[in-house]
Amino acid sequence: MNIFEEDLNDTITFWEKIKNIFRGKSLWMLHYCTGCGAVELPPTMTARFDMERLGMGPMATPRQADVLLITGYLSVKTLRRVIYTYEQMMTPKYLVGFGSCTINGGIYYDSYAVINRLDYYLPVDLYVAGCMPRPEAIMNTFKTLENMITKGEANGWKKYVENYDWYRNNQIRSLGEVYVKDEFHE
Amino acid sequence: MSYLIAFMIVFIGFLWQVSLDGIQRKVTAKIHRRVGPPWYQTFMDIFKALSKSSITHGFIYDFGVMMALGGTIATFMFLPFGNIVAFNGLDNFFVVVYLLAIGSLGMAMSASGSGNAWAGIGIMRALTQMLAYEVPFMIVVFGMIHVYGTSSLSELAHVQQMNGIFGWHIFTMPLGAIVAFISLLGMLSKVPFDTPIAPTEIASGPMVEYGGKHFGMLILQHEFATLVEVGLFVNLFLGGGNLIEYLIKYFFVYTLVTLIYAVSARFRIENVVTFFYGVPIVLSLVQAAIVIFTGLGVNV
Repeated sequence: MNIFEEDLNDTITFWEKIKNIFRGKSLWMLHYCTGCGAVELPPTMTARFDMERLGMGPMATPRQADVLLITGYLSVKTLRRVIYTYEQMMTPKYLVGFGSCTINGGIYYDSYAVINRLDYYLPVDLYVAGCMPRPEAIMNTFKTLENMITKGEANGWKKYVENYDWYRNNQIRSLGEVYVKDEFHE
Repeated sequence: MSYLIAFMIVFIGFLWQVSLDGIQRKVTAKIHRRVGPPWYQTFMDIFKALSKSSITHGFIYDFGVMMALGGTIATFMFLPFGNIVAFNGLDNFFVVVYLLAIGSLGMAMSASGSGNAWAGIGIMRALTQMLAYEVPFMIVVFGMIHVYGTSSLSELAHVQQMNGIFGWHIFTMPLGAIVAFISLLGMLSKVPFDTPIAPTEIASGPMVEYGGKHFGMLILQHEFATLVEVGLFVNLFLGGGNLIEYLIKYFFVYTLVTLIYAVSARFRIENVVTFFYGVPIVLSLVQAAIVIFTGLGVNV
């Protein structure tokens, strides 16, 4: 299992504080764009708003990423891939939901193909308001996330481990059976 | 005693190269008209990666990462760092080139052990690129070694300092220096030769399955490999010097690499091979012929 047992404690030791400072200052995000909020990410990354000044950068693979961005509406078909992706990430991991679609479904609230509330399926650390959020709002969110991590408040992944049965039941109710296909090691 | 010196230069080299890497990110940001991260950002990245959890894909996967990091640090211990030579008499060009391959091969083994298809493609590209850039570089350096009759790196650095600044091989062997600099770009896997680690094509290539501690160790391996490769160029063509001079020369070479990679795009792998087997190999053969048959540019 790829989880530190001591990371699951709620008490924050001295070393834990130092680790949290490093984790807050260097956030690598997974460039996996699920919905229309993703069009605000290129301006945030490039020269005008310059995400790298916060120590952030895009990473091509979930193994190296710390932050998973759910940018807008999430269809049921994509949810399965997002769950695989989230479970592949290494454990201090954070999840940010963009816009109203991840909170209550937004304009897709009565669609059969789109999920309504993201935090039934995956633990969300922070939501960004707006449809779609401006790059300033995104930068502000990342700054807030950085402060939350430094204080040790961004504990979504701990909630996911502790309440895994509840999340798993919700996932199965929407998707049918969720399984990870592993061709190499079977 | 020599082991103490070796550990000391590893520590100094780590601090120097990782800070310099942050400064180069700042330089790249200035070229892109951005603000850029603070200079200590790479320290943050490394320590954060080492503080995360990580998974294993079997024994070969773990062992290859350790072999890559250990092999590259061992290579760096044999390189003359300024005028500090940890293992006297062993600072040989062949030792460095031979040990440097252990790092790449350890990474190749480990990445193949992860079983990811992108890793396989990345490894294939990395070894093909190695075949491309090693040939012109070796022709130039072997010509130099043939004329001087020694392959000791501190000796080769020392003979350049006889005639002052214009005795450096970058002035006396300009064709060879150009070829070696292009090969250096290929060795460092910087754009335009970052074909093996193409994040937008093959999802970081060999790095695709690494996360957490394994990835932190591979960033460290990359930093030490950079120390060895830029250090080879400084010793062979810029005449080494004492520690301060060495670090200044190192800074200028690495900044020049950064200025090139900040504005270039990526080659395809077959373009890399045909590029290196085209003009650079001709230039390196001409340079080797000049130094061997006329002795022009080397002071024997």
